[in-house]
Amino acid sequence: MPRFNTVAEFEDYRAALLAARDPARPCIAVCAGAACDGLDSAAVAQAFEAEIARHNLAGQLDLRVTGCHGFCEKGPNVIAGPEDICYFEVTPADVPEIIRATLAGEVYAAKIYRDPQTGEKAARMSEVPYYKHQMRLLIGDNPRLDPLKIDDALAIGGYAALVKALTTMTPDQVLAEVKQANLRGRGGGGFPAGAKWETTKNAPEKTKYVIANGHEGESAAFMDRAMLTGNPHKVIEGLIIGAYAIGAHQGFIYTRHDVPRLVEHVKTALAQAREYGLLGQNILGTGFDFEIELHFDVGIFVSGESSALMRSIEGNAPEPRPKYIRTSVSGIWDKPSNLNNVETWANVPQIIARGAEWFASIGSDKSKGTKLVSLSGHIVNSGIVEVPMGTTLRTLIFAIGGGVRDGKALKAVHFGGAMGGSLPVDRIDARLDFDEMSALGAPIGAGGLLVMNEDTDMVDIARYLMDFLVKESCGKCVPCREGMFQMLKILTNIAEGRGRKFDLERLAELTEVTSLGSLCALGKTSAAPVKSMLQYFHAEYAARIEAGSQTP
Amino acid sequence: MSEVTLTINDREVTAEAAMSVLEAARQAGIPIPTLCHHDRLEAYGGCRLCIVEVESRGKINHVVSCTYPVEQGLAVRTRTETVDRIRRVLVEELMAHAPDSPELKALAEEYGADRNRFGKEPIFCVMCGLCVRYCAEIKGEHAVGFIENGPRREISFIPERAAEVCWDCQECFTVCPTSYAQAAYLLAKGLAFPDGGRS
Repeated sequence: MPRFNTVAEFEDYRAALLAARDPARPCIAVCAGAACDGLDSAAVAQAFEAEIARHNLAGQLDLRVTGCHGFCEKGPNVIAGPEDICYFEVTPADVPEIIRATLAGEVYAAKIYRDPQTGEKAARMSEVPYYKHQMRLLIGDNPRLDPLKIDDALAIGGYAALVKALTTMTPDQVLAEVKQANLRGRGGGGFPAGAKWETTKNAPEKTKYVIANGHEGESAAFMDRAMLTGNPHKVIEGLIIGAYAIGAHQGFIYTRHDVPRLVEHVKTALAQAREYGLLGQNILGTGFDFEIELHFDVGIFVSGESSALMRSIEGNAPEPRPKYIRTSVSGIWDKPSNLNNVETWANVPQIIARGAEWFASIGSDKSKGTKLVSLSGHIVNSGIVEVPMGTTLRTLIFAIGGGVRDGKALKAVHFGGAMGGSLPVDRIDARLDFDEMSALGAPIGAGGLLVMNEDTDMVDIARYLMDFLVKESCGKCVPCREGMFQMLKILTNIAEGRGRKFDLERLAELTEVTSLGSLCALGKTSAAPVKSMLQYFHAEYAARIEAGSQTP
Repeated sequence: MSEVTLTINDREVTAEAAMSVLEAARQAGIPIPTLCHHDRLEAYGGCRLCIVEVESRGKINHVVSCTYPVEQGLAVRTRTETVDRIRRVLVEELMAHAPDSPELKALAEEYGADRNRFGKEPIFCVMCGLCVRYCAEIKGEHAVGFIENGPRREISFIPERAAEVCWDCQECFTVCPTSYAQAAYLLAKGLAFPDGGRS
């Protein structure tokens, strides 16, 4: 493997790579994302490999095992290029026909998309309803690269934005571009990334750190790991560009210890980037030094909270820090530390490559770009989707998600993961926008959308979420530890028919004290699900208490 | 050292720039309740009872005064309706565990807390961490620590350390607001080193 000492050497290598690749050559992309992997997509990939070997087709057809394509409901997913024909629920038995059709420029009709209602078929990605309402700027590259091969990333423009930033822009210009793009943090709060970068950049302390938060510990959120597993180089590239803008020479990727494929892909990507001279001393001969260390969580949700995460990187127990000083000023070992979520970093390369103006042209007034959303619950099409900010929940649920499963009616949508909120069906014209969703009491948060049908018991949903949060609290401060514990007890009582008249009043008071009094962001937002229940489903709760108290 | 001027309950107060709001208030003789605070220990921010309302550059926030730094022109209010309500609920939450702690009973009186508001779950410890931090910060012994997380969190004496150092110290018993530290020590001693701990 080469180490590139100059930008010219690197670009020559990329040119040679592209020259050796024929974009019109058929290529089979087999999804190995978490859901497809669970459906044994590995057997499908093996069947392709065996079939290609048996008929000696290696010269005519490429095979690529990739990260998540997004349509998890219908896995194992296979996409056949160059026409992007999508095959769903593929089994090893389908493999010979798919190869034959692909080589002949035809479509193997048995495994393409078929509308469950109309029976209408769709073969190309641009025609499949699930995909056609999306704007897949980030996740769209997943089927186009093998995450274990840096050359695949280079062939589709990987690290081109880094080269542009390092050779044609000053760190201040990079920062200005990100600020102008109005990129807001995808990790939950929607805080402007540029403003955060600037705080770290301007902090007097010279040693600075940048961190990619890939912890993603909540139920119903699974897009960060799809991004990081499927295209680690995009996140790494974003992190290097951010480090250049901020003036950091050490970065961290903080992620889950319990997802082996994710770990393998990130480790491999870092090693390959290092070998190519994209990390380390004097990156591509530009004089910029930057190294990334991979760090794992300790299996508790709160370690995704910024100050707890930094304590964890220091080697301490992941307890949030009580100081009223931002981690962007005083973070890891009291040095200014800029933490952004995986998805935020993944947006950086395209902002540099295509410009702030382009990026800001996508999305709503104050929320720009696209958002990855994981769809789950009682929905026809579960999976990972990417839509422009400002898309309505209705579009997500019906046009893309295919509506509610089993012909049931929609009752509610829970948005934003465990610390998100539940909205009733009459609010689904709300737009995916940081401020709009937050005002409704269902902040975008981690970006998980959980669809609930007419049979859903809202008391049980709140109890379930609270049960999760209680176990994940670190236990340091009273309002989080005790407040959630009491909320869980009350919710359990109501769910089991032992609710009492003053329970709703007690819940309201507990949510207020927990959200105003808790030490960290996890505690402050942990009451959000219960708050949304009291706001939108008060009648159901009251009826439940009433009914429960009548039973002997 | 530079000084700043702030107001606490509309009274002008001068404080050193490095002080917390709690320190500034206590220096001025304005009471703010605490449970996990100790003058000799680093501020912890665990019990949240010292919560106050602050107004800075037109923005109103609720912060805990033990870790919130003073700043020029800051307006602090220590007894608003919301602050009192938060303190009352916090005391009620803790009384589910330690209903007869003298400290909690006094606070309950002051803030009108109902000791029976939440179902009892007597574990007698309020997780203020005073014993753990006293042992670590003042004594440098680390003979007692926290184990588990969330509502399962508890203090635990580490037998190997406790057998060596605790008998001749026992200072953490005096900082404990519920006598639980002593109980936890005797339990550890009874289980792990009944004859040890004393030469």
